[in-house]
Amino acid sequence: MMLQLSGLNAHYGHVHALCGVDLAVQGGEIVTLIGANGAGKSTLMMSIFGVPRASSGRILFEGEDITQLPTHQISHRGIALVPEGRRIYPRMTVLENLQMGTAKADPTNFQTDLDRMEALFPILADRRDQRAGTLSGGEQQMLAIARALMSRPKLLMLDEPSLGLAPLYIKKIFQIIRELKRDFGMTVLLVEQNANHALKVADRAYVLQHGRIVLSGTGAELLASPEVRAAYLDGGGGH
Amino acid sequence: MAQAIQQLINGLTLGAVYGLIAIGYTMVYGIIGMINFAHGDIYMVGAFIAVTSFTLLAAFGVSSVPFALLAVLVVAIAFTSVYGWAVERIAYRPLRASNRLAPLISAIGMSIFLENMVQVTQGARIKPIRPILTGGINLFTQGTFTVRLFETQILIIVTTVALMAGFTWLITRTSFGRQQRACEQDQVVTKVLGYNVDRIISVTFMIGAGLAAVAGVMVTVYYGVVDFFIGFVVGIKAFTAAVLGGIGSLPGAMLGGLIIGLVESFWAAYLSAEYKDVASFAILILVLMFRPTGLLGRPEVEKV
Ligand SMILES: Nc1ncnc2c1ncn2[C@@H]1O[C@H](COP(=O)(O)OP(=O)(O)OP(=O)(O)O)[C@@H](O)[C@H]1O
Ligand SMILES: [Mg+2]
Repeated sequence: MMLQLSGLNAHYGHVHALCGVDLAVQGGEIVTLIGANGAGKSTLMMSIFGVPRASSGRILFEGEDITQLPTHQISHRGIALVPEGRRIYPRMTVLENLQMGTAKADPTNFQTDLDRMEALFPILADRRDQRAGTLSGGEQQMLAIARALMSRPKLLMLDEPSLGLAPLYIKKIFQIIRELKRDFGMTVLLVEQNANHALKVADRAYVLQHGRIVLSGTGAELLASPEVRAAYLDGGGGH
Repeated sequence: MAQAIQQLINGLTLGAVYGLIAIGYTMVYGIIGMINFAHGDIYMVGAFIAVTSFTLLAAFGVSSVPFALLAVLVVAIAFTSVYGWAVERIAYRPLRASNRLAPLISAIGMSIFLENMVQVTQGARIKPIRPILTGGINLFTQGTFTVRLFETQILIIVTTVALMAGFTWLITRTSFGRQQRACEQDQVVTKVLGYNVDRIISVTFMIGAGLAAVAGVMVTVYYGVVDFFIGFVVGIKAFTAAVLGGIGSLPGAMLGGLIIGLVESFWAAYLSAEYKDVASFAILILVLMFRPTGLLGRPEVEKV
């Protein structure tokens, strides 16, 4: 098991955002987490990085307990996050943003990895010296993904990568997720509101509701499940 | 005319010193969003370390001026940056999660503590050193007025320009500088990407303190005297420089320092030497009233 959350609880002050979450991701898998607004999806991803710190429960990554590890050391284990809302550095150039993705990477890999990212996202090559804040939303999302990949992660976590993007970009992002799995055996944990796309790409999926996992199964099973269809597909936006 | 040129020289010298200190205010503000009110006192501590080191070197019979200067600079930077580090660890880090007022009060407390510590250990009287650089060049004479450029002024301006160039390179071109700017923009993401943000903040305080220490050494050499109260007065002027330039902007801090230095020199020469401090206070109030973002402050028009 690559990532295993067991009995994970997280709070923001008095808000109980995660209530005993159990979730597992195996190496090479794409796992999707869907849920309505405020269900706790972003909290789940961020709590793996210790912001907020789990109030109880355990987070194992490749067998190591990382629950109490300082935030900055978690990425060194091989986890990278594309945060909700992209959160690229707007007042840095595209190149500098990519450099920021290499905290513990071997510097001799930098050129190779940069070339790879620029091949994957040609727009980044054209805009290398442009301030990232001036990129379009879709371009910023590409940059956020590339920045995460620069660390050569074992596990890539994406928090609503398609949010606010035009259909063309959404297609491209899901295509890249598939390619990362196919070509590099990348393990992916994906949070999406775009349940249809996300379940199609997923090997397995979980449904989060009010901080609890209420349903899990293969992507195909959840796609077919009447509850999921009613709540997250078929035009249903919540519950 | 001659007098104006003399004031220009004096003002640039003074402005260089204010600029060095202003960088510390602006960097700390940029990274943790608070005014480090103890920064002026850090500068004062740097000046006292300089006095003590100069006195010790003289006692040991060191007569080479360049060596003495270099040694004092190294010692002052080393010790003062430890002070900067300690101030952050003791007074600010434990309060980082609390509301904005708490670290501000803590900063003022730290400032009072440092002033009193120096007053108790060093005495409340003005401390002089033996003049180190006394020479100068007579540039030209007009009527009875001779425009002079002192060696100390050359030293201050050259050192400051070199230091600011090196510092600009550090921030814009190196990996550390990139991490420092990253923390200014998004600390959580910077942590998640694998950077030790606490360490970056500590180093930021140390750099700010190190630059203030250089300013302290320079002022000691320039005026030949220090006292425990300079931290407050000079601190407020440098703070004004940082606000005038646009708090959070590094070029702004340098520019603001120069302007404050020049205004003060000309004010002292043409208006009133006794009330020269009024000039910077007036500028501070005017800027806060009419242009709080300062000259080079960032207009927030990012697409995020
Ligand atoms: N920093 C915070 N402080 C206090 N409460 C928070 C904070 N962040 C999130 N919450 C609360 O925690 C709950 C879960 O929020 P979270 O952002 O994880 O939801 P989400 O599933 O990612 O929603 P969305 O789909 O809108 O992104 C919500 O009730 C939210 O209001
Ligand atoms: Mg979210």
